[in-house]
Amino acid sequence: MSILVGRETRLLVQGITGREGEFHSRQSLEYGTRIVAGVTPGKGGRRALDGRVPVFDTVADAVAATGANASVIYVPAPGAPDAVMEAAEAGIATIVCITEGIPALDMLTAVEVARDRGATLIGPNCPGATSPGSQAKVGIIPASIHRPGGVGVVSRSGTLTYEAVQAMTDAGIGQSTCVGIGGDPIIGTTFTEILRLFHDDPETEAIVLIGEIGGAAEEEAAAFAAEHLRGTPMAAFIAGRTAPSGRRMGHAGAIISGGSGTAADKIAALEAAGIRVAGSPTELPRLLRESGYRG
Amino acid sequence: MKIQEADAKSLLLAHGLPVPPWELARSPAEVRAAAERFFAAGAARVVVKAQVLVGGRGKAGGVKLAGSADEAEAVGAAILGMEIKGITVRKVLVAEAAEIVREYYLGAILDRASRRIVVMASAEGGVEIEEVARTNPGAIHRLATHPFLGLQPWQARQLAYAVGLGGHVRDFVRIAGGLVATMRDRDADLVEVNPLAVVRGAPGPAGQATDQLVCLDAKITLDDSALSRHPDLEAMRDLDEEDPVDVEARSLGINYIHLDGSIGCMVNGAGLAMTTMDLVKRAGGEPANFLDIGGGAKAERVAAAMRLILADPKVQAILVNIFGGITRGDEVAHGLIEARSRQSREVPMVVRIVGTNAEEAARLLREARFETAASLDEAAATAVAIAAGGAMGGAA
Repeated sequence: MSILVGRETRLLVQGITGREGEFHSRQSLEYGTRIVAGVTPGKGGRRALDGRVPVFDTVADAVAATGANASVIYVPAPGAPDAVMEAAEAGIATIVCITEGIPALDMLTAVEVARDRGATLIGPNCPGATSPGSQAKVGIIPASIHRPGGVGVVSRSGTLTYEAVQAMTDAGIGQSTCVGIGGDPIIGTTFTEILRLFHDDPETEAIVLIGEIGGAAEEEAAAFAAEHLRGTPMAAFIAGRTAPSGRRMGHAGAIISGGSGTAADKIAALEAAGIRVAGSPTELPRLLRESGYRG
Repeated sequence: MKIQEADAKSLLLAHGLPVPPWELARSPAEVRAAAERFFAAGAARVVVKAQVLVGGRGKAGGVKLAGSADEAEAVGAAILGMEIKGITVRKVLVAEAAEIVREYYLGAILDRASRRIVVMASAEGGVEIEEVARTNPGAIHRLATHPFLGLQPWQARQLAYAVGLGGHVRDFVRIAGGLVATMRDRDADLVEVNPLAVVRGAPGPAGQATDQLVCLDAKITLDDSALSRHPDLEAMRDLDEEDPVDVEARSLGINYIHLDGSIGCMVNGAGLAMTTMDLVKRAGGEPANFLDIGGGAKAERVAAAMRLILADPKVQAILVNIFGGITRGDEVAHGLIEARSRQSREVPMVVRIVGTNAEEAARLLREARFETAASLDEAAATAVAIAAGGAMGGAA
């Protein structure tokens, strides 16, 4: 039916009383997401979002009182790694960190704590995840672009993902879950881990992967797909064919260094795994169809 | 952010690493004076090294030895002012030229795949590690450090023996530990010593060799996201090597990278901004820049972005591509209308705004007679056609 977020999601919002947290939580509620709690230290006992959501001082309190099993973090960068660790220690299974600009070394620690507690951390610096079929929207991806269906979408980007998803929806191709894994060098969950989840999800029938320059996560994903996803229709897009070497292209992780991490390398690896790579996001629906997707 | 060798060395020195003394010089006369001090202290030769933030300065002639003060001055005059990969050399580092017995590589990096600080060592020092990785990957030994525990002495010993530095194992352990400590304390992405060298010291009382392990070069890249908590490191930013437009963009909170083409791009989101550049190229044009206005940009930031793009005289057309999410289309449209009214020169523009408040944006743009496009592909093709037409019109 979906991965990471779905009907069973009981969402907690860390930073619910902040401007970003409040704005996006309202959109999530309207979409149908079950938001059971908010956390803002010092504001425990109040209610947020027109009285609809109780606010707690700590994640542990919120979990004890509401049975929250997923968390989304809108806490500013200096406090975000701490928020991730607090959620992981409180037993939250799925943690989505939207925050941008977190120092990478802080994330090393937070990622380790999440791993140690068995939590799945998505992000940071990501737009979140939406499962249209279960009306679960965790993060900032605009609700209007989605359509329920069978294609799993995974991406390192935000607005580029919206572009691709909109193109799919316009072509009548719906999505099982759309996940933005984040544009930072140190992220909680990589492409390969998401592909594994899609592979195990009975409702995901096809996969779209949207990568960009920097690192080797797309190459790893291609190797995984070659081994485990040969029968699954797939299409990909890689941003940054024209990006110069040695410059950080907006995302902290989008940099070609020492000649590695180029778009050409990633495209070659994906194509070698039998995955067709679109020249424009608008071509993704056609490539999906041509790779055998009938949904 | 990259910092100069001299700054990187001072950070290593602060962590107790063995870095031989150096001086910075900005003129041939300063090079001479520095060299004279090293010769007076017993140096046989000095090395003069260009301080630039690009690699390959040795190959470009930016590193030279000198055996006398005269020669040092002449070498300094040759290096100062030379261009290395488009960067003018404004300062050089002067140090005693060590008598090198053998060169090694030692580096600490932030490894994305393992999400660990990984320490790398190789007996193939003094050449670029990327080159070794291509030609002889087996010569690079790697060890992942635990995020809570850091580099343990046994790990460093293992690396020392692997690269054949068993005779200097105590020093190696101290240096490797210092590298990782530097990385953690300063929020670096990369700390590299290449070469880490065994150098011949002055003979001991019985005439025996006194080889020492020292850091002859240093390269550090700092995490931009952590600079706000290290004001002392922000001061190491070398504005001499930055495009003034990049500096202005940063102060405005805009991600801008100057390129060589004629089509200015204004986009929200880094991935979409790269994609927009790629589609301009695919449509037969060349992007003039990467520009991400960031999430939730208001009219003023849009107007500022437009000024940055127009400051580039090569820009013949501007492509605006906005997929509204947190960013509101009508805010962007207001910013564009405002910017055009104050624009210093006439440059045709193609605007595509979809997503949040796109209808209101479309109305505003229609009333202000902007050229609009529905799809990204169409927008790119139109911008390229306009730029080509504009160039022809200019020639006629």
